[in-house]
Amino acid sequence: MTEYIATIGLEIHAHVRTLSKMFDGCSTDYAGAPPNTRVSVVSLGLPGALPVLNARAVELAALCGLALGCRINERSIFARKSYPYPDLPKGFQITQYDEPLCSDGAIEIRTAAGEVRRIGIERLHIEEDTGRLIHSPDGSSLIDYNRSGMPLMEIVTRPDIRTPEEARLTFEKIRQILVWIGANSGNLEEGALRCDANVSVRRADSDRFGAKVEIKNINSFRFVERALAYEIERQIRILEAGGVVEQETRGWREDLGRTEGQRSKEYAHDYRYFPEPDIPPLVLSPDWIAARKAELPELPDARRMRLMETYGLSWQDADLLTQERPIADYYEAAVAAVQRPDGAKEVANWVLNEGFRLLKDRGEPPTALIERMPVQRLAALIDLVQRGTITRAVAKQLFEEVFNTGADPEILVAERGLTQISDDDALLAAVRAALADEKAAKAIAEYRKGKTTAIQFLVGMVMRATKGQANAQRVRELLEAELQ
Amino acid sequence: MAISEAEVRHVARLARLALSDEEIAVMQAQLSAILDYIAMLQEVDVSNVPPTAQVTGLTTVWRPDVVGEMLTQEQALANAPDQQDGMFRVRAVFDE
Repeated sequence: MTEYIATIGLEIHAHVRTLSKMFDGCSTDYAGAPPNTRVSVVSLGLPGALPVLNARAVELAALCGLALGCRINERSIFARKSYPYPDLPKGFQITQYDEPLCSDGAIEIRTAAGEVRRIGIERLHIEEDTGRLIHSPDGSSLIDYNRSGMPLMEIVTRPDIRTPEEARLTFEKIRQILVWIGANSGNLEEGALRCDANVSVRRADSDRFGAKVEIKNINSFRFVERALAYEIERQIRILEAGGVVEQETRGWREDLGRTEGQRSKEYAHDYRYFPEPDIPPLVLSPDWIAARKAELPELPDARRMRLMETYGLSWQDADLLTQERPIADYYEAAVAAVQRPDGAKEVANWVLNEGFRLLKDRGEPPTALIERMPVQRLAALIDLVQRGTITRAVAKQLFEEVFNTGADPEILVAERGLTQISDDDALLAAVRAALADEKAAKAIAEYRKGKTTAIQFLVGMVMRATKGQANAQRVRELLEAELQ
Repeated sequence: MAISEAEVRHVARLARLALSDEEIAVMQAQLSAILDYIAMLQEVDVSNVPPTAQVTGLTTVWRPDVVGEMLTQEQALANAPDQQDGMFRVRAVFDE
């Protein structure tokens, strides 16, 4: 069978977290607001209304550009893009065209197979969002302009992406970076971050690129992967049958599990861009650009590298701990609070194994751990284990209890007498009681026949009998001595 | 003719104008005349003149990120030809 190669590029639209809209003073706090109450003459596109650029939106978008490895252009201009639908009432969208705010960046992704890939970022420009159209069953459309004029950045990757997995990783990486620097909420469900993809397929033995198909509305990480996998298959089937892939825009229909043709070609690229006369060119001084560079925090990739080097964490652990900035901060604060040489690995294990597991069971986000298990509580718990005051088994129970109730682990230990039993007299009594139990008979017989691992069952019996408080190492030694 | 009949139909469609065949013919003649007239500008050598989109000489006009006054829903909808549930009501958008 012929081999095919897919070429994929993403266009990501992200809201910029400002208080007011891109070109007027309307509040961006429109979620749940009654329709058409976050509007002005500008966002309604009334004749004569003049748009004025939001300086903070430019700052945040420039920061995002830097974080994506782009250069901030000292001069950028705005353009009108024809848009024949009523969700933008002016009949055009104010955007940037041939002179965007930021250009020429790159990010790195790592595939499940461990391959590191560099994905170019062609540009980041700023523009305005459309209003919301609601299609009514009676054949009319209702429009709410609360979202109209929301500050948006559009991030365009280079067609460096080869697989649906890489596309998802690229989308995830860009989201991670935007959220990390506080420029976007990362909320895909609310449309704060949206993704379109361009994909073409060509035969591996040919240099000729196939026609580019744009897929709209793939607004979850899972959909990006599924929509692209479907579309690549569809294009290969057409080529295999000797057909020609048409250049067009298709929409992903999650309910049907396939893409469908959308706008007719005739209109698709008739944007008729021209320079926006109402907004003068944006000229940014070297000082202004230097100030943005100075504002840029340590980014997730650099943070992950530093956690690996400073704390000896594995790539996977460091990656999980740097998915979100508050978690990375929490982790480092906890390590500092524990103040023990092996504290870094201990904290990572508790956070990743116990903390994230409990959060997952409850369907809560990782950042919820910061409130559920405050740094001081986690440090106290680890300290109790490392001093030998409590066993690991007891610590696990306490972790869950502190997580659920916010109780102080030191008080719980004192109140309930959970201190580790290391006293030989007490342990020996427990060991003998366990050996006398009929449930132990089989394991004892196996152990005597030379199956040394059978002792683990007996250790477990003693641990259960002591509610996990027995010093497991000592229990094993005593069991071995008793069974001699 | 500086503009073809097909181009006139295309532009009319983009402008959401429903034109009869007779009107298309009239428009083709008139638009062509206008284009021919404007084409005189082609004679001017502008190779050293940058395109002019701005005449004020201003740059970087922006405002602080502050929420200002907004319209009420009633004000926003005051001139709407049709409305429903606090929203503008228009003919269905995607039925072409």
